[in-house]
Amino acid sequence: MTPPLEYYLWFAALLFVIGVAGVLLRRNVIIVFMSIELMLNAVNVTFIAFSRQMNNIDGQIFVFFVMTLAAAEVAVGLAIIVAMFRNKESINIEDMNLLKW
Amino acid sequence: MTESLFFVFAAMAIVSALMVILNRNPIYSAVSLVITLFSLAGIFLLLEAYFLAVVQIIIYAGAIMVLFLFVIMLLNPGKEAKFLSPTNPRILIITLLSIAFIGMIFTLVSGTANYIGEAASSTGDLGTTRNIGLTLFTKYLLPFEIASLLLLVSLVGAVLMTKRNLR
Repeated sequence: MTPPLEYYLWFAALLFVIGVAGVLLRRNVIIVFMSIELMLNAVNVTFIAFSRQMNNIDGQIFVFFVMTLAAAEVAVGLAIIVAMFRNKESINIEDMNLLKW
Repeated sequence: MTESLFFVFAAMAIVSALMVILNRNPIYSAVSLVITLFSLAGIFLLLEAYFLAVVQIIIYAGAIMVLFLFVIMLLNPGKEAKFLSPTNPRILIITLLSIAFIGMIFTLVSGTANYIGEAASSTGDLGTTRNIGLTLFTKYLLPFEIASLLLLVSLVGAVLMTKRNLR
């Protein structure tokens, strides 16, 4: 007995909302990054669930590209965090106001 | 059998995702995120995405989490980074936006649920490496090459960003 598509959609929605909560509530930039990873993964679950539902491989190819993008995003983002830490001695998101006015 | 496995993996993923955002110590958050990613690999297996389940473990739980742990250890942030304080006036806006957002997502999912038909019959080899490779190198060849360019650009960007003297 395989679970119906709704179960996967609800599960992905819950995971995505947890990710959004992490981005909004946490002040630590690294945790905010992890929450973004959570959201990307929630979307991946949706893609693969629909791919299985339609028996169509295209959704899985899309997930492959999302994973590539996540790897690139993490590499650049963590480099930015390291550079910011070197300037400000802090990884609190409130201190990253260089582009604010 | 598949259904009970789904519930086990889903519960593991949800609980450890909550641990990611609720832990004070970033190292514990990173370890919880690894557990989430492993459970998601299990869910990918249930959905016949065999190749992606393995890639999930190698790329996410392997490469990306090592990068996260490396930066956490490098910066050694301690525990001073707290949650948004409840007296902050922005918490009201955040709460309202979150409720609107959660309502939007749940309306979307329950609206979609009405239009879902029967699942297409399984051929059993949907997400095998062979099928993924065949599609990736024929129909999606150009996006694949562009993705390699993206990785190159991010590599150069990361090196440039961490250089000591930007000027």
